[in-house]
Amino acid sequence: MSVAKKQTIGWGREEMAKRTALDIPDGSYVNLGIGIPEMVAQYVPEGREVIYHTENGLLGMGPAPAEDEVDPELINAGKKAVTVNPGASFFHHADSFAMIRGQHIDVCVLGAMQISEQGDLANWSTGEPDAIPAVGGAMDLVAGVKTIYVITQHCTKSGEPKLVESCSYPLTGKAVVTRIYTDLAVIDVTPDGFEVAELAPGISFDYAQERTGCKLLLGSQLAAAANQ
Amino acid sequence: MIDKHIDSLSDAVADIFDGATVMIGGFGEAGSPIELIHALIDQGARNLTVVNNNTGSGHVGLAALIENGQVGKMICSYPRTVGSKVFPELYRSGKIELELVPQGTLAERIRAGGAGIPAFYTATSVNTPLADGKELRNFDGRDYVMEYGLRADFALIKSECADNHGNLTYNKTARNFAPIMAMAAKTTIVQTGTLFEVGSIDPEVIVTPGIFVNRIIEIPNPAQESKLIAEGRSYP
Repeated sequence: MSVAKKQTIGWGREEMAKRTALDIPDGSYVNLGIGIPEMVAQYVPEGREVIYHTENGLLGMGPAPAEDEVDPELINAGKKAVTVNPGASFFHHADSFAMIRGQHIDVCVLGAMQISEQGDLANWSTGEPDAIPAVGGAMDLVAGVKTIYVITQHCTKSGEPKLVESCSYPLTGKAVVTRIYTDLAVIDVTPDGFEVAELAPGISFDYAQERTGCKLLLGSQLAAAANQ
Repeated sequence: MIDKHIDSLSDAVADIFDGATVMIGGFGEAGSPIELIHALIDQGARNLTVVNNNTGSGHVGLAALIENGQVGKMICSYPRTVGSKVFPELYRSGKIELELVPQGTLAERIRAGGAGIPAFYTATSVNTPLADGKELRNFDGRDYVMEYGLRADFALIKSECADNHGNLTYNKTARNFAPIMAMAAKTTIVQTGTLFEVGSIDPEVIVTPGIFVNRIIEIPNPAQESKLIAEGRSYP
């Protein structure tokens, strides 16, 4: 029996995290969501100092510990064991969310179920009646953090576009997303709609457009490159 | 002389009454006052409204309290953590009520409750279903939703160190909701790893001042929730 190899087109998970990491500024306070977003930390270019916030009450979060150094009382928002970097601090939940809601955190990287061309984000509930609703800190993050980046596959597992005219799922926040990093492209949310800033190697604008639920605009850099 | 320490777990939770609102500290297992929760299971108060970020894991601690049929309503932000089986089943069969609150709004509601602030406005959840039916107000061009402060009859929390006046310090991210829950409850009950004589803890490092604490019981080696779950344990 032969097993068909899954065809990989565009960026993989690591490459999406790596590309996002290039946009994390030196000296910034950053909150990374669960999944691909938390991989961003390992790819921030050398020479930049970034301080990671985890909303359960730690600033200066470090990487996962060795197995024999796991402390069940030192965890991140995904309830995984972490470490502390020099200069770290602990605080209670109200202070932690004051950092978020008081606009002290510079960048937050989150996952998404859907993003609308106005920058609306849906990432907490499918709205199905039998689903157990759970929101965590997502609504606080999108309402309070200065810049919201989203890392997501361009389409769902069944091939439905995640970038759409308007979200059919319940919103996490309205007009909150700044930039989207998918397996196919880097896309900015602009007043005119989704603008493609970069395409993954081997991906054409038309290929990305066919997999998007609304009109894509060609970013100025791509347009200039196309005219050369 | 002020001495808030109590010798037995059953005495510590004896007056928690049917229908009480109980805030329980912890984010997942970090900071979960598991011995106090098990004492509340032994005590048997029912129809409780419990405030916690989650709904417990496995069949110990908060999950066991829910499984034992003592909780009528949960106020939380994330009721389906990995390993959380008890709550989802009861919720789907309509046997437990859920008030879902964004995590930061939950923390701020508790903080406000403890500070005597009846309500406040926040941008969190505006334009989402969680703001449905709530008062909106515009300040400087941005919409905010009104949320009420949250108070409780009791708080059960865990600290690393305490003294007999109720001054507390915590361990790393086990701090989470404990300091604000201590402020928001009429009666705050603390299990602490080590109980010190008054004056032994440097005032500069105290996180929760004793004024917010009513009872302290020393539990030197608290059970670890994930370990109990890995061993397949359940309570009672």
